[in-house]
Amino acid sequence: MGILIVLESEKGQLKSNSGELLSYGKALGNFMATDVFALSINCSAQSSVEKYGVSKAIEVHSEHLQSFNAKNYADCVAEVSRKLNCDIIVVSSSTNAKYMSGILAQKLQASYTNNIVDLPIEKSPFTVKRSVYSNKAFAHTELNAAVKILGLTKNSFGQTLEQTETKTESLEVTTSSSSALEIKGQDTLEGQVSIADADVVVSGGRGLKGPENWNMIEDLAEVLGAATACSKPVSDMGWRPHSEHVGQTGKPVASNLYIAIGISGAIQHLAGVSSSKVKVVINTDAEAPFVKAADYAVIGDAFEVVPQLIEKLKAFKIQNG
Amino acid sequence: MKIAVCISAVPDTTSKINFVENNTVFDREGVQFVINPNDEFGLTRAVWFKEKNQAEITVINVGLSDTEAILRKAIAIGADHAVRINANPTDSAYVAGQLGSYLKQHNFDLIITGKESIDFNGGMVHGMLAEMLNIEVVHACTSLEIENNKAEIAREIDGGTEHLSCDLPLIISGQKGLVEESDLKIPNMRGIMTARKKVIEVIEAEDIDCKTADTAFEKPSKKAEVELIDAENLDELIQKLHKEAKVI
Ligand SMILES: Cc1cc2nc3c(=O)[nH]c(=O)nc-3n(C[C@H](O)[C@H](O)[C@H](O)COP(=O)(O)OP(=O)(O)OC[C@H]3O[C@@H](n4cnc5c(N)ncnc54)[C@H](O)[C@@H]3O)c2cc1C
Repeated sequence: MGILIVLESEKGQLKSNSGELLSYGKALGNFMATDVFALSINCSAQSSVEKYGVSKAIEVHSEHLQSFNAKNYADCVAEVSRKLNCDIIVVSSSTNAKYMSGILAQKLQASYTNNIVDLPIEKSPFTVKRSVYSNKAFAHTELNAAVKILGLTKNSFGQTLEQTETKTESLEVTTSSSSALEIKGQDTLEGQVSIADADVVVSGGRGLKGPENWNMIEDLAEVLGAATACSKPVSDMGWRPHSEHVGQTGKPVASNLYIAIGISGAIQHLAGVSSSKVKVVINTDAEAPFVKAADYAVIGDAFEVVPQLIEKLKAFKIQNG
Repeated sequence: MKIAVCISAVPDTTSKINFVENNTVFDREGVQFVINPNDEFGLTRAVWFKEKNQAEITVINVGLSDTEAILRKAIAIGADHAVRINANPTDSAYVAGQLGSYLKQHNFDLIITGKESIDFNGGMVHGMLAEMLNIEVVHACTSLEIENNKAEIAREIDGGTEHLSCDLPLIISGQKGLVEESDLKIPNMRGIMTARKKVIEVIEAEDIDCKTADTAFEKPSKKAEVELIDAENLDELIQKLHKEAKVI
């Protein structure tokens, strides 16, 4: 018995979702009354792990795991979980975690569900609550295999700081680096936050009239340290790249704050962004469906409201450090 | 090149999601089922390979007879063969097991799934297949080119794109980007006639255990009323986001 939390890193740094994964794993350990281990690959995690109350950190260092390869990472996690006798594996909802976990589930003949939004509902039969129908509903799902893989939805559980003393142990794995897949390179948004990692997302729709008007969206995002996103027609028309398309058929958004500007709030759009904690809408039309679905709405012209909001936020930033 | 495209039938994106039988069963009343959008992007890319270099496309669905409409649509837009594995697709492991046992017996160069279905959002079938069939898999692909048996692939990563190459055989899970929205095909008259005449191959399901079971469903709880903020008073919005919602 034991719980293995799989942390993710980038260039030797733990990813920002680690705090929530650790907090969840720790709470799950209390719930199941079992040991909790936090695994990091090619990255030292002790200083983060001890902040979230997890007392056992496992580090794997291997030149074979330098860059992410889903099969090799799944091999590594499988081997570590077997060595430590863990029957619950907690993973994030990042693109890489989803890529790896299907492979891992088959390898371990495990029950795997992702999009989990809370601690299990019941221990026996082991039942979790997860979002389905692209956030339009929740399912209570029983996981009945001996090994269980739980994919946690970002921002569903939150972080709980709890200092503890952590012991770090290094484990050797037999994972190889062989793969027919060859990585040619990556294009990343240097200095910009991704939609997946962002706490705040600023999103623009057709109401913005054209790509030339996105400066104010970018400026607003910059003041807030936010990622930029858009509705589907905006990316279909080529105003913004596809990577910014959010919604049921685009990327999901689970940020703390989602600001929708000139977006009507079609059912497919709302489905994808509804896991965001707080939603603000700026729209000329008080009857737009998004208004009802939002927490705060400003009924007004984006071309007047947004520039003012940027100035006021800048002033707020200066005042509040 | 032989391509297999695994497609699932999902409620149309505009569907109202409701449950019956004491919230244990999805309410199909009035719901239209369509090809899962992520699968359709992959299928359309496959048709592109067919038009360009004579690829042969088989679409496969694990479903009961009511899913034949989506298989016929797939034929109408260009698939050559359609296979239905006759079973209720109860969970991902079950579906992957059924698909895997079919795919093992037929040598496909390329296997395409969607990155996830929009109903259960599992996103694991392609990974399971990769492990079962022992071939490489690339998840969440946004571009795929194939030349001389070698695939050049772009996949989504959080915050960007990764470029990869791989010799066939290969499994990919697709999404928008593989083709554009405007490339999606509307069946023409000839396609519809072909689809009507085509015999769908029906295969009996294997005995495979499920690993998960959905025992109940619930709808999101009603949220609080929206608070309207005067466009002339944006300071109020900032204060509320700071003090009430604590998100800035
Ligand atoms: C199969 C399928 C899948 C789909 N998946 C998605 C998806 O994943 N994501 C998605 O976003 N959509 C999706 N859609 C499309 C969806 O149905 C809507 O068409 C789309 O979300 C509308 O985008 P929009 O809100 O930007 O544009 P519109 O609906 O045109 O809304 C524009 C809004 O801007 C407001 N506005 C206009 N001028 C101003 C101004 N000056 N200031 C402020 N506000 C202004 C208007 O009042 C209006 O509310 C999907 C559709 C289908 C059929």
